[in-house]
Amino acid sequence: MLTQYIGRRLLLLIPLLLLISIISFALIQLPPGDILNMEVLRLRSAGTQVSEEQVEALRQLYGLDKSLPEQYWLWISNILFKGNFGTSFTYVKSVSEILAARVPLTALVSVLTAIFVWITAVPIGVYSATHQYSLIDYFWTFVSFIGVATPGFLLALIFLWIAFVQFGISAIGLFSQEFEAAPWSFAKFVNMLQHIWIPIVIIGMANTAGMMRTMRGMMLDELNKQYVITARSKGLTETRLLVKYPVRTSMNPVFSTIGWMLPGIISGEVLVSMVLNIPTTGPVLLQALLNQDMFLAGSIVFILSVLTVIGTLVSDILLVWLDPRIRYEGVA
Amino acid sequence: MAHDTLLEIRDLMTHFHLQEGIVRAVDGVSFEIRRGRTLGIIGESGCGKSVTANSILRLVPSPPGNIVNGRILLHRGDDSSDQEPVDLARLDPRGAEIRSIRGAEISMVFQEPMTSFGPMHTIGNQIMESILLHQSDVAASDARELAIENLRRVGIPRAEQIVDAYPHQLSGGMRQRAMIAMALSCSPRLLIADEPTTALDVTIQAQILELLTALQEEFGMAVMFITHNLGVIAEVADEVAVMYLGRIVEQSDVNELFDNPQHPYTQGLLNSIPHIDEEKLPRLRAIEGVVPDPYEIPRGCAFSDRCPSFMPGTCDRAMPGLDETGPGHRVRCFLFSEFEDELTEVADGR
Repeated sequence: MLTQYIGRRLLLLIPLLLLISIISFALIQLPPGDILNMEVLRLRSAGTQVSEEQVEALRQLYGLDKSLPEQYWLWISNILFKGNFGTSFTYVKSVSEILAARVPLTALVSVLTAIFVWITAVPIGVYSATHQYSLIDYFWTFVSFIGVATPGFLLALIFLWIAFVQFGISAIGLFSQEFEAAPWSFAKFVNMLQHIWIPIVIIGMANTAGMMRTMRGMMLDELNKQYVITARSKGLTETRLLVKYPVRTSMNPVFSTIGWMLPGIISGEVLVSMVLNIPTTGPVLLQALLNQDMFLAGSIVFILSVLTVIGTLVSDILLVWLDPRIRYEGVA
Repeated sequence: MAHDTLLEIRDLMTHFHLQEGIVRAVDGVSFEIRRGRTLGIIGESGCGKSVTANSILRLVPSPPGNIVNGRILLHRGDDSSDQEPVDLARLDPRGAEIRSIRGAEISMVFQEPMTSFGPMHTIGNQIMESILLHQSDVAASDARELAIENLRRVGIPRAEQIVDAYPHQLSGGMRQRAMIAMALSCSPRLLIADEPTTALDVTIQAQILELLTALQEEFGMAVMFITHNLGVIAEVADEVAVMYLGRIVEQSDVNELFDNPQHPYTQGLLNSIPHIDEEKLPRLRAIEGVVPDPYEIPRGCAFSDRCPSFMPGTCDRAMPGLDETGPGHRVRCFLFSEFEDELTEVADGR
């Protein structure tokens, strides 16, 4: 029954992804002008003579003279059948090559951020709910409002400033200088772990703050329900009954937000990564959009959308698996 | 000395300290529950009957609720033993001792069968949890069999399948049966049933009452049955206590109460039941007025502002005591007790 449900959801993914690819492509094409205008402008301002014929030749080379549907087909068929995401104009490299270095890091930062959000927000939310209106509850409420209201990049700047002025450390980047260009090794990995918590905490801050409030609210709802009192009347210890009953029920929003947390993390990550100079997809995406580097930008938007869709699917499957009420009513 | 008494409540006061003031939800309640017998507690919403029940198992949330006075003596062990009773009112509500009593010696069935089971775990899981918690001699592998046995005992068909069902898959009546099965899984000496049939429709109500009576005969536990339904009380109770605004106003044997109600409030309750055998149906005689706001309880007798027998200068000056008017029949009303005694008490006490 569960496998049937998953199968059906996977089938539904196909039209959804198709739609996403069309929208990603259309979005990239929306602003007036294209990469060639930028390129020609750049060349001319550098004093190089560019004739109309040369421009036309370039245009043909990149297929920019074709109609939009044709261009789209060229783009998507290359991705689907050859795994070829095209070439980036600005980097003069294949898109796959650029992304191969950055997508895994982005995924790593995102997943670690999500984990950070959960392991901080869930216990704090539970504590705040079980100690409602206590001093510590008020403290976390205050922190969470600040956390939601402060943009990540500002937090990053403040952090950099404090680290530099107070401790004389440069908190920029994911690696120390000696590892920057080094090939992957265990030492480099350890070095990364020493740096990666900074962006994770900063990117996760807003999400943690929000999740804390959600968890607290859900718990407060559940704590007054009859089944909690029933469990208490059976003689269970407070910790055991909390974890088994209300916390478990309150976790639903945690699982159901896996999907939409990803795009949140990624968009929050763009600016933070710019500030902290982290080699993820964020800064590349921003640059590509500014330069109208369509294949690069389109591919990033597409890949991130796919990740989001998969995240949503995973969270739906988790919910169905974990909550019997959804399992039996919504699916069977 | 052999103890016939299982639970003895003496002058229990449970107050809620809220921002708006103190709500005296239970304000000086005393009663006894005898082994194997059923005490019915009846009263309107907000009269303190559920708070009394929750006080016994120390389930009153604190803050804001506190037991400010009184004793709740549980006589443990068999009736032949001379063990010292435990005062539940003095136990730490989160401590190990009260937890060893909850679900094992005293267990509870609640009003809301729809929400009294946790939604994420199977019925069997939750019954087994009780069994494994209190019966250390039961192996985890045998608990399931016991859970099925318990479900069967309360008349659940296909118990070996229902044990794996989730609460939302069962009807209200079935859930309440399962709830009773869970409450009885450790053979408690006292079952507190807090409006167990209120949320059910009438035919199911009758079945559940029958089941409870049958199980009581079979296992000999005492029952404290809380309800606002006089018909239900008549069916299950041996003894009845009528509560009004945190106090017992009348207490007697069930037959005596129905034949010879003495407190004007009890009379009002009985009069407000429609009788099927009356020739011409009269208008229902409801009790005048509404239950007063908990912050503005009238001076003197709490029922004085609604009482048809109100005596100015007496009832609004002092709270009558709960005085014996016949064998085992006690009433809190100045129609039956001396006014002067209470007045001095009021002057002395508060």
